[in-house]
Amino acid sequence: MALYGVDALIAAKKADLVACADVPMTEDVIRRREELSEQIRALRELIEMAAGYGYDISGPARTGREAIQWLYFAYLAAVKEQNGAAMSLGRTSTFIDIYLQRDLDEGRLTEEQAQELVDDFVIKLRIVRFLRTPEYDELFSGDPTWVTESIGGIGDDGRPLVTRSSFRYLQTLYNLGPAPEPNLTVFWSSRLPQGFKDFCARVSIDTSAIQYESDELMRPRFGDDTAIACCVSAMTVGKQMQFFGARVNLAKTLLYAINGGRDEISGAQVGPQLPPLDGDVLDYAQVAQRFDTMMEWLAGTYVNALNIIHYMHDRYAYERIEMALHDTDVLRTMACGIAGLSVAADSLSAIKHATVRPVRDDRGLVVDYVVEGELPAYGNNDDRADTIATGLVETFMAKIRKHPAYRGAVHTQSVLTITSNVVYGKHTGNTPDGRRAGAPFAPGANPMNGRDRHGMVAAALSVAKLPYEHAQDGISLTTTVTPNGLGNSRDEQVRNLVGVLDGYTATGGFHLNVNVLDRATLEDAMAHPENYPQLTIRVSGYAVNFVRLTRAQQLDVISRTFHGTL
Amino acid sequence: MNGAFLQRPDLGITPAGAHPGDLVASVHSWDVVTAADGPGTRFVTFLAGCHLRCLYCHNPDTWEGRNGRHVTLDALVAKMLTFKAFIKASGGGVTVSGGEPLLQEHFVEAYLRRCKQEGLHTALDTSGYLGARATDRLLDDTDLVLLDVKSSDPATYRRVTGVELRPTIEFGHRLAERGNRMRIRFVLVPGLTDDPANVDGVAEIAAGWGDVVEQVDILGYHRLGVAKYRELGLRYPLAGTLPPTAQQLAAAAEHFTGRGLRVTTS
Repeated sequence: MALYGVDALIAAKKADLVACADVPMTEDVIRRREELSEQIRALRELIEMAAGYGYDISGPARTGREAIQWLYFAYLAAVKEQNGAAMSLGRTSTFIDIYLQRDLDEGRLTEEQAQELVDDFVIKLRIVRFLRTPEYDELFSGDPTWVTESIGGIGDDGRPLVTRSSFRYLQTLYNLGPAPEPNLTVFWSSRLPQGFKDFCARVSIDTSAIQYESDELMRPRFGDDTAIACCVSAMTVGKQMQFFGARVNLAKTLLYAINGGRDEISGAQVGPQLPPLDGDVLDYAQVAQRFDTMMEWLAGTYVNALNIIHYMHDRYAYERIEMALHDTDVLRTMACGIAGLSVAADSLSAIKHATVRPVRDDRGLVVDYVVEGELPAYGNNDDRADTIATGLVETFMAKIRKHPAYRGAVHTQSVLTITSNVVYGKHTGNTPDGRRAGAPFAPGANPMNGRDRHGMVAAALSVAKLPYEHAQDGISLTTTVTPNGLGNSRDEQVRNLVGVLDGYTATGGFHLNVNVLDRATLEDAMAHPENYPQLTIRVSGYAVNFVRLTRAQQLDVISRTFHGTL
Repeated sequence: MNGAFLQRPDLGITPAGAHPGDLVASVHSWDVVTAADGPGTRFVTFLAGCHLRCLYCHNPDTWEGRNGRHVTLDALVAKMLTFKAFIKASGGGVTVSGGEPLLQEHFVEAYLRRCKQEGLHTALDTSGYLGARATDRLLDDTDLVLLDVKSSDPATYRRVTGVELRPTIEFGHRLAERGNRMRIRFVLVPGLTDDPANVDGVAEIAAGWGDVVEQVDILGYHRLGVAKYRELGLRYPLAGTLPPTAQQLAAAAEHFTGRGLRVTTS
């Protein structure tokens, strides 16, 4: 919008409308014409909205200040109209920089003023708030708006897309303090300029507020004009849109397979009725076959439900202004997802490699499991378990693809939960991996809490094995480290974090959330250990699980880890 | 703490097979760690078995060789290689630690050779007590020696470790003559190793080895191993000892910086 102004966008949409005037009026054409008319109307309302603030946005932006103002109006219109789902931004830090740099070169702006414009823009983005249903808030706590801004990356011609404004956006975390929004996402490549890499690592260590995604995985598939929609989903800017599909609970599906389609908590027949598994020990081949049948049913039910939802959404709550800011012909994806991957994988690993005895209640339902022997767990770079996880991702994606999606959407899937892993866990009974009923799942593609026994890198390499080809909506890994766990001096910490990011990208890792702990987090972990099952801390070259320490030890660790700031 | 420490962890490595010619080691565990046991992110193998009984040892479960699992060289190398791409891209390496790795020096030598053939940076974490067992070939394949100098005063050293200091000093001399790069590690234990003369003696020894000493790591004593002693049914020897304060660590560091050595404290 900043580049063309709204009049030009209206003219382009009108041209698209004219182009489908003298064709047979099929249902598709009628819908296209109706949507184009709605988009044009929305663009006119956008001009009117900006006029209310005293701006004429019918023409292109002329300065950096205007470019940011125009961009903000576009964003504001979109969040005003849509229904509270994710609303991401783009790679605006690279785009806006052209305007800011021209102003700097021509003496219209100082660096301080350029930074202030970016700071002000970010303040505006941070105060967006959606009113949502309590059910939504329970699934995704903390009022996320997913104002995801993509930063950095490499161009198709090999030039880095890092600009001064890439630094300015990150600098807002210092100027305004850390915050979850906008969701700053660095497109990482080993080929990024060293100074930018070091700065990112430094900001991560200071604020924990950056997530990283592999530019090397996205660029070949989506091109270099790619940004993140929602949390981690790559998309070609202006040419793609996503039908959000939430996710299905693979761990519970496995329990349905074991119980012949009956719910392990209510006892109700939910899935297709299968003969219940008998015998004292679960047989891997038998369970795997039943699980496959149950996933087949689930995939069909899932895609059908999403098709209905998005048909109705387009019909009754068509997002006019958002689509007006896209090409008329967009690539649509049906973004499915899975939760409980590590629980399902470890459960199957237990059944395959250890001995799992089902415990039945008086309803004949299997409600618990006794595991004897060693269970190779996903998250230790151990193929015995990891191949089960990769197999699940591939298998479920293949089943999803069998079912036609609304509006010819391309099926994708994510391994990502945000905070919904807690709710899915709450509604899932005991699982064969030893997890207790109601206990949270691990978030996203993370290994199950406490089962990754060989350090963060081994866990990361297990996650990196999940095939991006079959989970193009994103594979998410969240890690937590203490500053000391990255090195003694700040320089060493920065060097080592850059090394970890280069290593993860080189081994095919897609997404990494890096939390670098502060003192407050450790204190919170003492008060609420249940929220920090995986919290590993290092003291003098020694690693321990923080929440398993005694209170005295925890206090000792806190005083040591942060003695510099005491 | 729970009993997880004492369960022999599943190594995820194929145990030793039935081939008579296989080189086999007793392995306690492996880990991939950042900023410990050498520069960058490293694949660290902890071999089982140690002659020393350091009073502050936080891993008494590595003392007995029989507590490890038998792993062939090929199996360990195969496991290590699953991390090679990461290690290379991140600028890390591999480390052999323990226990005391030089108790199984033939295995270590062969393993380090294989790591060098893969183009990886190698480190050996040792007390130096069995330094004489390390062949020149082994040391040729070692890019960095993490050498513990647990005290400079022979009586204190004996009290802390149960063995003599001299072999470690001789090993350090040999490394210095050969030009092997070293990081010196010293654990500061209040009331045991923190006598200024003792600390200064360690600094003097380290400085005497010259430029090959790239860094000295002063590790503050901590009590995180206490639970392991309880689980093993062992008496914890330093029951009344407290960790050093930041001031004590800083004071110890001055002995080293005063001699021009690069120091870290943790």
